[in-house]
Amino acid sequence: MVWFKKDFFSKREKKTLKVPQGLWVKCNHCNEIIYKKEVERNLDVCPKCNYHFRISSRRRIETVLDEGSFVEYDGALEPQDALDFKDLKRYKDRLREAHKKHASKDAFVSGQGLIDGRKVMIGAFEFSFMGGSMGSVVGEKITRLVEHASAERTPLVIFTSSGGARMQEGILSLMQMAKTAAAIARLNEKGIPYISVLTDPTTGGVTASFAMLGDVIVAEPRALIGFAGPRVIQETIRQKLPEGFQRAEYLLEHGMIDMIVERKMMKSTLSLLLSLLAG
Amino acid sequence: MSFKHTRDFDKPIEEIERKIEELRHFSPNGTGAYQEEIRKLEKKAEKLIKDIYSNLTPWQITLVARHPERPYTLDYLNMAFEDFVELHGDRLYRDDPAIVGGLARLDGRPVVVIGQQKGRNTKQRFYRNYGMPHPDGYRKALRLMRLAERFNKPIVTLIDTPGAAPDIEAEERGQSEAIARNLLCMSSLKVPIVSVVIGEGGSGGALAIGVADRVMMMEYSTYSVISPEGCAAILWKDGTKADLAAKALRMSAPELKKLGVIDRIIKEPLGGAHRNPRKAAENLKAALVDALDELSGTQIDRLLDQRYEKFRRIGVFREPGT
Repeated sequence: MVWFKKDFFSKREKKTLKVPQGLWVKCNHCNEIIYKKEVERNLDVCPKCNYHFRISSRRRIETVLDEGSFVEYDGALEPQDALDFKDLKRYKDRLREAHKKHASKDAFVSGQGLIDGRKVMIGAFEFSFMGGSMGSVVGEKITRLVEHASAERTPLVIFTSSGGARMQEGILSLMQMAKTAAAIARLNEKGIPYISVLTDPTTGGVTASFAMLGDVIVAEPRALIGFAGPRVIQETIRQKLPEGFQRAEYLLEHGMIDMIVERKMMKSTLSLLLSLLAG
Repeated sequence: MSFKHTRDFDKPIEEIERKIEELRHFSPNGTGAYQEEIRKLEKKAEKLIKDIYSNLTPWQITLVARHPERPYTLDYLNMAFEDFVELHGDRLYRDDPAIVGGLARLDGRPVVVIGQQKGRNTKQRFYRNYGMPHPDGYRKALRLMRLAERFNKPIVTLIDTPGAAPDIEAEERGQSEAIARNLLCMSSLKVPIVSVVIGEGGSGGALAIGVADRVMMMEYSTYSVISPEGCAAILWKDGTKADLAAKALRMSAPELKKLGVIDRIIKEPLGGAHRNPRKAAENLKAALVDALDELSGTQIDRLLDQRYEKFRRIGVFREPGT
């Protein structure tokens, strides 16, 4: 006789682990189940452990600009499949899928707005659009934004969240690193402040170009920031990575960033920095 | 097409080359019974090389670009330049052997040369970290470029790296910042810069010394946003699909020329640079002299505008309503 039937347990387990859809979210850090509205009210930060959830580009911009002040630039720019790239899926199909889910045409939203009444050029990555990867459109939009900042002598703020260069656009993606960095060089010559805000995660070709070139570099708590991703490093050196490796706190300790700022303090910090630099 | 790590397409050629070598051994002074045979085999080899090398797949080109006997930066420094004096260290942390650089003369003209350096045997490969620089290497490169600017010397960079080192030390010392800083500074450096991909142009680690007025590639070199193995591991979820990734990434010299990313392809001797390094060095030298002659006539402000525009226009997108 069988006393312990397998499905008896599996059924029970399923029941106890079920989380109601939509109303509650589980924190990725402390695993607490939290009321979703409460998280949203808290700028998408876990009220229990202060974990900063990834947020969309438009929400990000909303959280730091004066209400209703955002004017979008270059929203019509559309990606093209210049290489006719096909892996397991066609790049064209990946783009089509992404366009179904997103209002934006690519992984970067840019424009102008006000922070406590001060005009800024602002941009933010959309990580959920193909991992926030930088191809021709992202590179072009960033470059144009930087050029606007130069031409109008307006400070620049960019929020990054990206896996790096977009493989499906091959060498064209790589060259966006040179293009954006060159635009920042011209901004520097004019003495216009550029604040780079690194959010979780920022790696690869984005970190290794404009993201690390801010006059002031800010990061959100615990954000993963690096050149190579942790998995690649792990595979290369075949050792366990140290605790906290490539997190914002680790970068601060190693002198790579200026400060770590919590989301609820982001707007006031940017405002203060800009008033000191551009004031 | 099947995936193979070995250059088996090269085997039939290598076999004939070995035979020729053996026969030569028996008739050392170019005389003797085997002369006719040698001539025949040489003809056969030449035809075979032509046939095989004119139909290389993108993956096979990748293997040629990584050929262990391919000339490296220091070989070209010996063959195409004179009076090379190597300069060491970034003045911040250490001297990175994965990047070499210094002063030299090209056809009589003083220049600063910088390039990634791979190792020839196991010990050297380890010492040079397989041509994968740490931040210290990029900072040394930047120091030498600033030196070139101060003394008004043109800069030549030779690119040959699988990529920037992906390890704990590199991250600790700011690999991203080092690469980014080079991109920024090179875009506005007030001397002519010429870059040549001589082997592997691996991603940001290659571009970090590649923001130049003229960018050229040796015929069988590659230049890519990611290695075919890395790309295959991510997109195909299978690193052994590197041959498919190499094709999809369009990383060969003719493809890059077509995309408008490079200015010129430097012809390699029949069967690749490793078959005749001297000839490869001659071709490289001629192309460098051409490029520097062209650039030396341009006013520096114009040169900088042109350099900015050169990278500014790269990218393919659609903008409805314009």
